[in-house]
Amino acid sequence: MIATVATARRVLHQLRHDPRSAGLLVLMPSVLLALFHWVYAEQPWVFERVGPQMLGLFPFILMFLITSVTMVRERLSGTLERLLTTPLARGELIGGYALGFGLVAVVQAAVSSAVAIWLLDLGVDRPWEALLFAFVGSAVGIALGLLTSAFARTEFQAVQFMPLTTFPQLLVCGLLVPVDRMPEPLQWFATVLPLTYVTDAFGSLALGEGFAERVGDLLVLSAFAVAALSVASLTLRRRTP
Amino acid sequence: MPDAVDIRGLTVERGGRTVIDGLDLTIPTGVVTGLVGPSGCGKTTLIRAVAGVQVVRSGVVTVLGEPAGSATTRRRVGYVTQAGSIYPDLTTAQNLRYFAAVHRLAPDQVDEVLRAVDLTEVRDREVRHLSGGQRTRVSLAAALVAEPDLYLLDEPTVGLDPVLRRDLWQMFAELAGRGATLLVSTHVMDEADHCDRVLLMRQGRVIADDTPTGLREATGTDDIEAAFLALVGGAR
Ligand SMILES: Nc1ncnc2c1ncn2[C@@H]1O[C@H](COP(=O)(O)OP(=O)(O)OP(=O)(O)O)[C@@H](O)[C@H]1O
Ligand SMILES: [Mg+2]
Repeated sequence: MIATVATARRVLHQLRHDPRSAGLLVLMPSVLLALFHWVYAEQPWVFERVGPQMLGLFPFILMFLITSVTMVRERLSGTLERLLTTPLARGELIGGYALGFGLVAVVQAAVSSAVAIWLLDLGVDRPWEALLFAFVGSAVGIALGLLTSAFARTEFQAVQFMPLTTFPQLLVCGLLVPVDRMPEPLQWFATVLPLTYVTDAFGSLALGEGFAERVGDLLVLSAFAVAALSVASLTLRRRTP
Repeated sequence: MPDAVDIRGLTVERGGRTVIDGLDLTIPTGVVTGLVGPSGCGKTTLIRAVAGVQVVRSGVVTVLGEPAGSATTRRRVGYVTQAGSIYPDLTTAQNLRYFAAVHRLAPDQVDEVLRAVDLTEVRDREVRHLSGGQRTRVSLAAALVAEPDLYLLDEPTVGLDPVLRRDLWQMFAELAGRGATLLVSTHVMDEADHCDRVLLMRQGRVIADDTPTGLREATGTDDIEAAFLALVGGAR
């Protein structure tokens, strides 16, 4: 536990020494939301429908990116190899990452939800739930980032995994077309992708439905996060050639 | 006292080539053992095998009485890699506090260790703004905070000035005096004179294992470099 917290603190310290990245991370989603709001100034119903779901997408995508790049950097710089010769357990390292970046995700979700709800008048009347789902979505992003980082040899490759893993999800998650109006094979595909559940939860939030409608999403997303984190910690090999 | 490291029949392949071939070796407890040899001879590979992070083809590596890399030995081994593996975007003190924490230690030692490696001045500076020699010492300090029983130091003196090098070797001797075991690699052969024992390595084999004095006497030479050349010539 000490080592997990220490790892989370270390990750946050690193981010603090890079204020530009930290600033981008926290503010960029709000700026993008505002831009989106502006683009659809004449058709406000578009922002009303898609805006809440975007609130859930940003934490997922950004956390996926910074986690995979940070992890690849850790591999290349030799710090990972060194850490693996210490008593630090692999689960503690992964848990520390999830905790540290998860906190960043909460801050980011808080800022972008506040901007969306109070400045852009987005109709989400349960901000705390928006935060909860943003956090769970980011946890899945962190977990997938850790997982894919095992397959990237360079930071450049890690960045390129982003379109590979997120674009298909963006297309079928229900953001563009509701899942039940897509061809059947795509509907099956959508059910195995985590972003679908993030989108569903935020869509339901926007409709003002009760929490009971989103319990399923929460469970599925938590299961995704736990499964991806477990597989990620298995891909961390102590011995390398 | 039992040996700190015991290696039996170690064979390692890297990139499809046999880098270490059937090595048998022991490293005694409480002394400084130098691992000396030309670039590419397998020093880092051997140290990685002792640290338990190298995939090995065959053989048994026992470290402090347990298999290399086991949970118990990891508590007692400090590995300083050749490329100083510390976080450039953290300050010196933040690096040391983190490495203390992963060893489940309170960061009480940090200031003392910083004094020992003469880094007090750069305590709160980010490591990426430090000189190469300072970074090397931060990396070393990150091992010192955990007070391990076995130090694996891969070329810790590269790029340091003569005064600092002398101070570090003095520190290594002091650590050994307090009961720690040190395996220190270098390709500067004359640094071997600071060691209690020297392993001369060439193409994945240990071609000599002796005290510096014993090595010079056996080869009838004045320094370790000449001894190495004599041994290589003899092996041809
Ligand atoms: N990651 C790797 N993949 C494949 N081969 C490797 C790898 N690392 C090292 N080797 C090879 O293994 C051999 C031994 O390398 P090693 O790094 O152990 O040498 P060294 O004695 O530490 O050299 P130096 O003094 O330059 O650090 C070399 O022939 C090297 O080319
Ligand atoms: Mg080396």
